[in-house]
Amino acid sequence: MTYKTRVDGRAFDETRPITAKVGVIKNAEGSAMFKIGQTTAYAAVYGPRELHPKFLQNPNTGLLRCNYNMMPFSGHGERVRPGQNRRAKEISMVTENALAPALDLKDYPNTVVDVFIELPQTDAGTRCAGICAASLALADAGFEMKDLVSSVAVGRVDERILADLNYDEEAYQCEKGVADIPVAMFPNTGEITLLQMDGDLSRQELQEALKLAKKVCQKIYEVQKQALKEKFLGESE
Amino acid sequence: MSMKDEQKQHVQKALQENLRYDGRKKDQFRAVTIEYNISKSAEGSARVKIGDTEVIAGVKMSVETPYPDTPDEGSLMVNAELLPLSSPRFEPGPPSAEGIEVARVVDRGIREAGAIDVKKLCIARAEKVWIVTIDICTINDAGNLIDASSLAAIAALKQATFPKYENNEIDYQTRTDTKLPMRKWPLAITVFKIGNQLFVDPLREEEDVMEARLTVSTTEDGKICALQKGGSTPLTPDEIDQMIVLAQKFGDEQRSKL
Amino acid sequence: MTEELLVQNKTVVVPGEPLAEGMGFLPSKGTYRDHEMIRAKRLGLVEIDGKVIKLVPLSGCYMPKTGDVIITQVFDVSFSGWRLDTATAYPAMLGVKDATSDFISRGADLTEYYNLGDNLVVKIINVTSQKLIDVTMKGPGLRKLQGGRIIKVNPNKVPRIIGKQGSMVSMIKFATNCKIIVGQNGLIWIDGTPNEELVAVNTIRMIEHLAHISGLTERVKTYLETQLGKKIEEVPPMEEQAYTPAPHPNYGEGEREHRRPQRYR
Repeated sequence: MTYKTRVDGRAFDETRPITAKVGVIKNAEGSAMFKIGQTTAYAAVYGPRELHPKFLQNPNTGLLRCNYNMMPFSGHGERVRPGQNRRAKEISMVTENALAPALDLKDYPNTVVDVFIELPQTDAGTRCAGICAASLALADAGFEMKDLVSSVAVGRVDERILADLNYDEEAYQCEKGVADIPVAMFPNTGEITLLQMDGDLSRQELQEALKLAKKVCQKIYEVQKQALKEKFLGESE
Repeated sequence: MSMKDEQKQHVQKALQENLRYDGRKKDQFRAVTIEYNISKSAEGSARVKIGDTEVIAGVKMSVETPYPDTPDEGSLMVNAELLPLSSPRFEPGPPSAEGIEVARVVDRGIREAGAIDVKKLCIARAEKVWIVTIDICTINDAGNLIDASSLAAIAALKQATFPKYENNEIDYQTRTDTKLPMRKWPLAITVFKIGNQLFVDPLREEEDVMEARLTVSTTEDGKICALQKGGSTPLTPDEIDQMIVLAQKFGDEQRSKL
Repeated sequence: MTEELLVQNKTVVVPGEPLAEGMGFLPSKGTYRDHEMIRAKRLGLVEIDGKVIKLVPLSGCYMPKTGDVIITQVFDVSFSGWRLDTATAYPAMLGVKDATSDFISRGADLTEYYNLGDNLVVKIINVTSQKLIDVTMKGPGLRKLQGGRIIKVNPNKVPRIIGKQGSMVSMIKFATNCKIIVGQNGLIWIDGTPNEELVAVNTIRMIEHLAHISGLTERVKTYLETQLGKKIEEVPPMEEQAYTPAPHPNYGEGEREHRRPQRYR
């Protein structure tokens, strides 16, 4: 039995419905909400601000610090205990690495720029949604960036390469198994800043998956661009 | 005179003319909106906005062994996370005293009013009961987090339904139509004091210079079910009485929005 | 080889967005060259001046600059001076010499002059590459603030709030009878009667929101007149210049303007 139609009826290269909104948290320097299917991510940027402890300060540049967190009621099953677990720590780190190459903080030596990512509801693809939201929030905050960062999970379910797996697909029982590949990239150049995978995959399959990721990230980029422009729409003459 | 005293005096000067920093009157709330079911992952959830303040609450349910002294009762737990996402004042890490106070004040209001019929949460006496956990998360802090949290918690409880429970297992993906056994709708309203002026629903700037506050949880039948005095200035019995009248009035007003 | 503008003048663009193609175009402030392409380096409004393409920022934090008047708060008092919170990532230092023309004896209790929490209007006299900021209180309008309230605005909109030669803020002051000091760091101090102060705050918020539109001064005037129920006659010239007159209309750009556009690594 092969995976012929997707559990929610989407085309294989189709994402779930996406909405994005910029400037959703007034207290923050920059903020955004990014929703894909039933995964919702909020991101807020604070800073640049003084970095403590002092020995972490870099006299040549500001530092990006990301903090990924699932709200206690946002898990697929039971309540998630509040506080950073190992998973959240790792995701925070890869998120930092996915965003930092886009960002130029040389004008802010010794400081830190904090990005807080919070998820009120999740259905797979949380780190990708978090990265999309965070990239919008950083642009909203007015930082110098080489490009936005767009992110999506691609993967293989049974023999099909597909985009934006939901939870049911991640957990799909089939002969060939499932491979899940979160990817983040600069939409304008296609350079990849986040790449993770679990499952098993051939070299050819990965190539095919990355090609799909690029195509899908382009679409996500359009949504991101639109969301940013919408907030500042009144500003153009 | 210290800067903080000067700022307090300045707020007070406006209050004396019954004018707030954003143009409201002393006994006027900002616009309040409630949005239900904002998280499909939770058994019940709600988003509350009071002006620029935004809070969301989610209900999760689990099945556990009851406490030995109440073998036929389920239980309730309230937790609040003052997320660093919502204000530069908040830092990541374990809950601060401020966050714990929000959680406990909201918890007491719901618990002491007997809002949930905990006996109906019993599945098998002394063996299995439902535990209802409410998590409150702040999205933007522009003052009056306690009232916003209380309203969000009650709204989330109102919307919540039990997940399917079969063969000693919860199926979180399948929700029943059964709502929680709610008996009362307690809401906390906080009344603030600066000088001899009493007012509700403070902006962050007003809250920062307040002298005292009293959070009053009331129910729809006119009962007071929890109190919490905050701030370091004493209150007279007369002031307390006025505060309770205000809290009851706004409690009823917010309840009608549920 | 193609030479093509890819965006229109005065439109909002996002980081990475291609603005023009071809080596004939010159990337200026807020843009960078990526091979043949000129791209946006931040969110902003495109300004095309012949072959030169630059961005006017719409958001972003305040960068301390020599000569700017800013509003600060004392958070530390040492033997040699005061440390001030500038509402940026960097504190400023106010030395005893620069604080007052009074004689302060060595070892005097400096809190008698300015104490923790005091709000001071100061002028930046030096900023190092590591953003150590020296400020002074010697100059017209530089002083400790008493009473009033402080609001925070988008620092990119400060030049608009001040207006040409301070015309906008003068009008608000004159109409509302409020004392107003606009700090380049986006902090604004306002003191007046509760109602007039509220009108002043709402007016400033309106300017912040509509900073881009033309004919703003007229709109603000009409707004003030309806709010206060009176006609605004000729606004007298300002008595004190407690701020830096802004180089209109480039949203207060300084030396960074001429920095050579750099390529990303």
